Amino acid sequence: MTETPRRSGARQGEEHVDIVPAGAVPAGGALGGVDLASPPRSQWRDVWDQFKSHKGALLGAGFFLLVLLAVTLGPLIWTLDPTFIDIRARNQGPSLAHPFGTDQLGRDTLARMMAGGQVSMAVGVTAMLLALLLGTLIGVLAGFFRALDGILMRMTDLFLALPLLPLLLVMVTLFRQPLSTAFGPETGIFILMVTAIGITSWMPTARIVRGDVLALKEREFILAARSIGTSNAAMITRHLLPNVMSPIMVSATLGIANAIITESALSFLGLGFPPDFPTWGRLLFDATDYLQQYPERVIWPGLAISLTVLSVNYIGDGLRDALDPRIRGR
Amino acid sequence: MLQFTARRLILSIPTLLFISLVIFLLLELAPGDPMAQVPLTVPPEVKERMREALGLGEPIHIRFGKWLYQFFVIEPLHLIDIMAGTDFAGGEQRVISWQTRSPVMDIVAQRMPQTLWVVGLSYVVGVLIALPIGIYSAYRQYSWFDQVGTFVSMVGFSVPTFFSGVLLIVVFSVNLGWFPSIYDTTHVVSDWDSFVVQVKQMAMPVFVLALFNAAQISRFMRASMLDNLGQDYVRTARAKGLSEKVVVLVHVLRNSMIPVVTVIALGVPQVFGGAIITEQVFKVNGLGQLLITAIQANDLPTVQTLTFIFAILIVLFNLIADVLYGLLDPRIRYD
Repeated sequence: MTETPRRSGARQGEEHVDIVPAGAVPAGGALGGVDLASPPRSQWRDVWDQFKSHKGALLGAGFFLLVLLAVTLGPLIWTLDPTFIDIRARNQGPSLAHPFGTDQLGRDTLARMMAGGQVSMAVGVTAMLLALLLGTLIGVLAGFFRALDGILMRMTDLFLALPLLPLLLVMVTLFRQPLSTAFGPETGIFILMVTAIGITSWMPTARIVRGDVLALKEREFILAARSIGTSNAAMITRHLLPNVMSPIMVSATLGIANAIITESALSFLGLGFPPDFPTWGRLLFDATDYLQQYPERVIWPGLAISLTVLSVNYIGDGLRDALDPRIRGR
Repeated sequence: MLQFTARRLILSIPTLLFISLVIFLLLELAPGDPMAQVPLTVPPEVKERMREALGLGEPIHIRFGKWLYQFFVIEPLHLIDIMAGTDFAGGEQRVISWQTRSPVMDIVAQRMPQTLWVVGLSYVVGVLIALPIGIYSAYRQYSWFDQVGTFVSMVGFSVPTFFSGVLLIVVFSVNLGWFPSIYDTTHVVSDWDSFVVQVKQMAMPVFVLALFNAAQISRFMRASMLDNLGQDYVRTARAKGLSEKVVVLVHVLRNSMIPVVTVIALGVPQVFGGAIITEQVFKVNGLGQLLITAIQANDLPTVQTLTFIFAILIVLFNLIADVLYGLLDPRIRYD
């Protein structure tokens, strides 16, 4: 008895994806009357149910929210200034006054971790949004307009053939000075980081979206929409975009992970944010100088980066399963 | 197949030209001045002559053309000269590093062995670890081995190499003192003891990179095995009484290797790129470290040449992956 409604739920979910855009009424009656009594279920409800069953994904989502809360609300509770230098209290181990200890200038590591987390998260999310925007735009344009397909996909191939990390390094070195003077050191580097990471990581999204759009274009509901005179713009926003949401969401999670790692890597190579401006990568980089004396200092930023990326990857894994109607409900 | 390969080879020329143009133009925007280190007492007209001596006096398109000529004609000729003892290149100007005033390719040749040893070995080790793990986790799907494997590989590609490397240094160099934390390039292997030292200093960088690569490849291997294990031909093979070993290791493995081999080929250039960080962590003075120091010193010819070498690797291995895919899988023909 528990088996049947779940399976019908899966079939409903599949119908949503196939025929109607998200949010329509499920066709419960057509499924042998099993579901007649239960209230209609939306597609996102099904997705959530499947997502919940993936333990790693749920844990990952919980941890990610926790980190997000800690870096946004944490500084309100732990009010020590991350840039406050207390030279007498330098190089201390964990204590009640400084739970994570202090660094070589006596700055509180916990406060610096939270401030650094804010920057790392902000860079990760913004760069991911930029990459998604670019990727989706190019993917939809290439998939929808045949005339643009060839040239846009060749461009994607060219971008994929670029050596990304070396180019990122070069870009960051070249443009940090002009941007710092134009927008101030922090905002300038932030813009630089986000743009650099964004324009070097949109390619996979564009490819996936293009493939999905190409497949969707052959469906009957697109033909039907076309036959009632839907304009191209409405066709893309009303019918195509909602149906390519799943791959976009999965690449969004992977994009955050990628952006956080890239930002930390650049900071670690000493090419990221300025030294007095903490990010997780920068903290790790600074801590490696004191590796012999205070080896525990590298643990906190390193753990923060690794666990955040791990949780985001698990969320992506769970989302991929939850959004795939062939797996959902099994 | 031959036609396809030829077509792809020809197509890769405009790709490479485009990439070299992108790199060239990007560096053209560099605000850094190679004359910045010159003392202020040097008069401006002498500085101008020094710029011209560095090849900076000409307009952009001429310098781009000259750089292409140097990179694609003179450097290969020089390589032939060295190997065959001929004198094709004559005294032609080579790509010169602004930092050391020596040809960039000579420095690259000095740095190449370290990178190849550490990075290449780690990739081989990574593949050798990944394949059996992938095969066994797919064969025993959802067993505890599979669960642990999934978790470890998830951790493997979530933990960035600049953390896992530092962590290994903390544990094995600082606390236990088993391995040196700095890679000594001048070390010469002459007898057993020096060989042991070499193995010791290579152990950590190789392990870090191998773990990172193995995490990704084992996932591909597992997915590919799972795709094939459910196929009809597997049931047929079992039905005609083949042993489980033959079914899995001969029939399924051979078919599953097709996509994995291309993934392995595609990963090679990325490994070189990713090794930049690992080389920095363990102070291996390979290509990645050369790139970083060149960037910091504003040594544009070196940066340009190195970035372009990475680009060539990517294009080359993309081509190899495509051709391999066609060769290994008779269902795929590019005609």
